Amino acid sequence: MQFNSFSDFINMGGYGFYVWLSFGAAALILTLLLITSKADHQKIIMQIAKRKQREDKLRQAKVLRKQQNEQHKKELNEVTD
Amino acid sequence: MWKWLHPYANPEVSYHFTNKLLPWLSALSAVFLCIGLVWALLFAPADYQQGHSFRIFYIHVPAASLSMGIYVSMAIAAFSSLVWQLKLADASAAAMAPVGAAFTAIALITGAAWGKPMWGTWWIWDARLTSELILLFLYLGVIALHNAFEDKNLAGKAAGILTLVGVINIPIIKYSVEWWNTLHQGSTVSKLGKPSMSLDMLWPFIFCFIGFALLVGVIICLRFRNEILARNSIRPWVRELVQQSAIK
Repeated sequence: MQFNSFSDFINMGGYGFYVWLSFGAAALILTLLLITSKADHQKIIMQIAKRKQREDKLRQAKVLRKQQNEQHKKELNEVTD
Repeated sequence: MWKWLHPYANPEVSYHFTNKLLPWLSALSAVFLCIGLVWALLFAPADYQQGHSFRIFYIHVPAASLSMGIYVSMAIAAFSSLVWQLKLADASAAAMAPVGAAFTAIALITGAAWGKPMWGTWWIWDARLTSELILLFLYLGVIALHNAFEDKNLAGKAAGILTLVGVINIPIIKYSVEWWNTLHQGSTVSKLGKPSMSLDMLWPFIFCFIGFALLVGVIICLRFRNEILARNSIRPWVRELVQQSAIK
């Protein structure tokens, strides 16, 4: 152990500010990068899920419209008959 | 070798391999970093000239050499993507760029915080510092190009060409302290010759270096699997995977 007390350790022989600035900046940058990289995974999955939902909805709507059109045509034919 | 490498050109195989690799890399990195940093901060002897300020070395040097190492691997990935059109190589290059930029920034910030008490200035336009700053701009340019195009193949091509042109900067950084007169000191940890450093200072450095290198691996893996998912979002296996995690 190179230090006698905790305040000695913080002081770093007078260089405390520079040493802790370096270690703090490195820790901050790396933690932020790590957290955002991890969180993006869930975000991307949610985005893809949302896109899939939208596509499914569009497909369903298309099928529904087709059915309605056919129904409408049938009714028109019945009336004209 | 091609036979062995071939399955990893499949994004699905690579995705699952990366997922399996991640916990091991994370655990190893945490162990090495804990040992290395505690040793570096508490037990390594102070430098006879620089006193305790020398402890910045344990972050500054790994960050600086990793910033160059990541660039070289990114250039290799960019080259394979341009020549052999490996789509996964593009994804890995895109995953590496932000990590490299972060380590370059750390090298510059810790360098400034070390320069102020030792040289009397935060910044000086000398060869080593300027070329490292250019490395940061190269990384930022590559990131910007990757995000500039909707078409990821086109983006990868543009970013890849910038990456390959920028490789010229790497030997300039490496040899800047020998080619020009500079305030920056020469290398103390050379791998080939005998390191000009006492062993009780060198050991914590080795732990810190391996720990940071593994951390680079962890973050690149995290970003790589994001890139794979985003680039393959219409594939059936991704759809299935998304559905499974949506149920959870």
